[in-house]
Amino acid sequence: MSWVTKTLSSSLGRKLIMAVTGISLILFLLVHCGINSMIFFNDGGETFNAAAEFMSGNWLIRTAEVGLMAGFIIHIADGLMLWKSNAEKRPVKYAIVKGEANSSWASRSMGILGSLLLIFLVIHLRHFWITSRFTDEITGGHTTLFAEMIETFANPIAVIIYVIGCISLAYHLSHGFQSSFQTMGWNHPKYTPFVKSVGLSFSILIPLIFAAMPISMYFGWIA
Amino acid sequence: MNLSLKIWRQKNANSEGKFQQYDVQGISEDMSFLEMFDVLNERLINEGDTPVAFDHDCREGICGMCSMYINGQPHGPGKNVTTCQLHMRSFKDGDTITVEPWRAKAFPIVKDLAVNRSAFDRIISAGGYVSVNTGNAQDANSLPIAKDNADDAFMAAACIGCGACVAACVNSSAMLFTSAKISQLALLPQGQAERAMRAEKMVAQMDTEGFGACSVTGACEAECPKGISLENIARMNREYYGAVLSSK
Amino acid sequence: MVVIFIDLEITTYNSLIYLINTKFMSTMLDAKIPSGPINEKWTDFKSHVPLVNPANKRNIEVIVVGTGLAGASAAASLAELGYKVKAFCFQDSPRRAHSIAAQGGINAAKNYQNDGDSVFRLFYDTIKGGDYRAREGNVHRLAEVSGSIIDQCVAQGVPFAREYGGLLSNRSFGGTQVQRTFYAAGQTGQQLLLGAYSALQRQIGLGNVTMMTRHEMMDVVMIDGKARGIIARDLISGKLERHFGHAVLLCTGGYGNVFYLSTNAMGSNVSATWKAHRKGAFFANPCYTQIHPTCIPVSGDHQSKLTLMSESLRNDGRIWVPKKQNDTRLSIDIPEEERDYYLERRYPAFGNLVPRDIASRAAKERCDAGYGVGTSKMAVYLDFAEAILRYGKGEANKQGIHEATSEQLQEMGKGVIKEKYGNLFDMYKQITGEDPYQLPMRIYPAVHYTMGGLWVDYNLMTTVPGLYALGEANFSDHGANRLGASALMQGLADGYFVLPYTIGAYLASDIRTKAIPTDSPEFVQAEIEVQERINKMMSIKGTKSVDYFHKKLGKIMWDKCGMARNEKGLNEAILEIRGLIKEFWSDVRIPGDTDEFNPELEKAGRVADFLELGELMCVDALNRNESCGGHFREEYQTEDGEALRDDENFAYVAAWEYKAPSEFELHKEDLVFENVKIAQRSYK
Repeated sequence: MSWVTKTLSSSLGRKLIMAVTGISLILFLLVHCGINSMIFFNDGGETFNAAAEFMSGNWLIRTAEVGLMAGFIIHIADGLMLWKSNAEKRPVKYAIVKGEANSSWASRSMGILGSLLLIFLVIHLRHFWITSRFTDEITGGHTTLFAEMIETFANPIAVIIYVIGCISLAYHLSHGFQSSFQTMGWNHPKYTPFVKSVGLSFSILIPLIFAAMPISMYFGWIA
Repeated sequence: MNLSLKIWRQKNANSEGKFQQYDVQGISEDMSFLEMFDVLNERLINEGDTPVAFDHDCREGICGMCSMYINGQPHGPGKNVTTCQLHMRSFKDGDTITVEPWRAKAFPIVKDLAVNRSAFDRIISAGGYVSVNTGNAQDANSLPIAKDNADDAFMAAACIGCGACVAACVNSSAMLFTSAKISQLALLPQGQAERAMRAEKMVAQMDTEGFGACSVTGACEAECPKGISLENIARMNREYYGAVLSSK
Repeated sequence: MVVIFIDLEITTYNSLIYLINTKFMSTMLDAKIPSGPINEKWTDFKSHVPLVNPANKRNIEVIVVGTGLAGASAAASLAELGYKVKAFCFQDSPRRAHSIAAQGGINAAKNYQNDGDSVFRLFYDTIKGGDYRAREGNVHRLAEVSGSIIDQCVAQGVPFAREYGGLLSNRSFGGTQVQRTFYAAGQTGQQLLLGAYSALQRQIGLGNVTMMTRHEMMDVVMIDGKARGIIARDLISGKLERHFGHAVLLCTGGYGNVFYLSTNAMGSNVSATWKAHRKGAFFANPCYTQIHPTCIPVSGDHQSKLTLMSESLRNDGRIWVPKKQNDTRLSIDIPEEERDYYLERRYPAFGNLVPRDIASRAAKERCDAGYGVGTSKMAVYLDFAEAILRYGKGEANKQGIHEATSEQLQEMGKGVIKEKYGNLFDMYKQITGEDPYQLPMRIYPAVHYTMGGLWVDYNLMTTVPGLYALGEANFSDHGANRLGASALMQGLADGYFVLPYTIGAYLASDIRTKAIPTDSPEFVQAEIEVQERINKMMSIKGTKSVDYFHKKLGKIMWDKCGMARNEKGLNEAILEIRGLIKEFWSDVRIPGDTDEFNPELEKAGRVADFLELGELMCVDALNRNESCGGHFREEYQTEDGEALRDDENFAYVAAWEYKAPSEFELHKEDLVFENVKIAQRSYK
């Protein structure tokens, strides 16, 4: 094994992969949330559609998107593998575990939260990404992304799925954000409290904004 | 007080185990948890039964031998306390107490509540030392060490190797244990010569032993009877990444 | 029936008197102290001791039993030198040895504080502290190597306490007027042991040491009059194993658990040294027991062990009892003028920092006279209120707060105390449920350390060739009373700096001895004997648990061979113990089987040995018609209750040879003081 594969397959290396891809996905979320928030201009999706247009037309963004896809796949695959291998480290389970005495629920449930997010992601990609990237282009663009959203979120079940997805995301982030700093070795008595509060705000704010989108469209506040 | 105990009984590493219920009466709140077990065992012996095997030695919270998973927590309720220092005043009359051994693939059961923690020794053997043969040392005061560093090194070195971190961790990770030693020696000038090699080797050994990875739940830190900090794991991560990037 | 019983007792008693009278016929022991001036003996010895060349070292096997400070340091150092080492411990890891529980510190004559310390002064303090019952040559060597221990430990990464300038910090301990104690909070033993353990683990990793954990030594194997190996029991499988060694090192600690309640670990035992004793190694000064003055008092019958509160606390804590007998008021309600700071009153020069034996007896004296505190009235106060205030003021000055409120002072003072003794205060609170930051601690003396042990010569070899004893297991350096922070020093001195040299004197002449196969008749026979003893014990299937006997023995020892002893009590104790031995061998109940992990069987073997040792301790205490250090015979005291030595008749080491059950022969090693003027010890 070369030193690279050896390092990345070690327990620390695999966590590093989770942390690095996690941080890049967090950055993606920031961009994603920023652009989507343009629907709140409530201008019939004009600004939003323009931004979406720009994103899909820019070759730099399209290249980064490949990286993003890779990031998702690695984060998910590594996460699932870690989840499985960690579980095997305790073949006989405890009869009673009082986890709440020593750790947060989110931190103990990253695997479950991640899996929920994975299901959500598949639905989400089917709803918008595939539509916008493939269907639209292939068909020559009969509809806009904004219109697609309005259509999707007219369905209450979709709204509920999205809200659940956002809640999972919030919990996933509430642990993942600060945890990735720790994994990368960035723990310092001076800065860690700051990282933690930024992480907490981020993990509440971003999913909240995301959740506001389907809800506001469903109730027609955005049209 | 009177208590009901649900204790894991397992004859040896290869046999199946199960919970057994025992009722104990007249327990004083001044007893330590292990003294309560002494009472139970004395009774079991008198009744011709096999007493419960458990590890213990110093009974003052420093040898790290005692290791009971009590009501879902290693060393039971209470902060910074080992099983031997846990006193019965932490429980109420009529309580049911479930006692299990440390459970981890890397800590096979020896008998009942006693487990084999020799994996920890092998992790230390892999690099948890300074290679200085007896007689090689220079004068103790020849290298001043900033008090902060010395204090941090001491706090990391206070680890008693009990394994509560592994027992508490959802992943049975031994990172708090391993990182405490790596940190102690990384913080001291004496540890510098072997710093990179130490991090690489100890992490590799930790993985070989079959401990899990860290998901930063912080359970290890919360349950550590010596309050070893999660900062040590972050430091170990830095040490390790630095080591693999810089070593030849 | 009754008449017969009394008759029996008289006969046994007579045989005892006879036994003690035989001492005058015994031989004198040669400690092989090198000649020459005291400060040149060790240097000279090292320059002339025979060496074993590296190629030969590879073929020489050494067995080390016990992995505490002495064992781990010796095993690591010998392996570094190139010997093939096999180390044994009964715990699940070498790191668990009870050295780990030592709290306060380790002495060394570094004179970093510029307060007039020197090798001679450490030597002198140790001899005096030991009440002039230690061997000058060994103690001087100990003081000489003390500095190197600190160097070695720091080099290993032991995080000793430091000052802001980055240099090592020191504190005071009992029986000295300088600050020479190095420490790591209240966990010095832990840090030193982990240092030695890491050196040992390194050698294990390199393949130079074979480590056998969860193994207990069951006997020494003797071949042609030399120790050539051991029989060990694998505590998990219960199998007996034979192990060969050119030499065997016993680093198995002290026997304080003979008292059942002590500050020792539950597993601490005398078995290894007792087995050696039965195989011909003399047992020296068994009656010298150290009762530590500051332990948490017993809270009830359930108590399984006692917990020490470090002597370092006496740096800052003041010991007192109420001036009124049977005072039931709360400690904080007793005004200053109604408190008796009896140590400061009786010993103004050393105050609260008198040696342990003196502090313990003084506490007992007050409690016996009815001044004790707490529910049991068997406790005295150790009070930090004044120190908290003093430190608070110091902190206020440092921070430039000139008009601090008393709450602020308390707060800051408690902060300083927390930094110094935090773990001890937490431990106290955990055990007693009382907060020592608010109320004074209640303390009472408890058995802590045993100065006696296997007799060894200057080379640390017992009277059995090839069998060595290191650390607390030997008797050599502390005389009748050990000074605080000297046990760690001695354990590491023996293991790092003494034995690796002195063992050469023996092994250099043994290089032609090939490894002896363990199927040789001596090994086979030794194993059979061990197996028979185990079988015998298991087959009793009596009605009483091992702990029943241990507790009973402990009570006899504490009542009659404890802090104060007298002839009548000791005679009674001997008879009671003999009765108890009989009862043990006919009525003990050991559950489980021999071929499994069976802690009760382990305990039974240890208690059987404690019973025999207990008898010898009483015999020794009865023989020593004087008071010295930890041995206080009520018949021999000064008018103001201090220990009264008899240097004319008892300035010797009493080394006992095992002849048969309950039959011991006394051998003497005269103690010669050429460099210290022997005098009545005074700390007034």
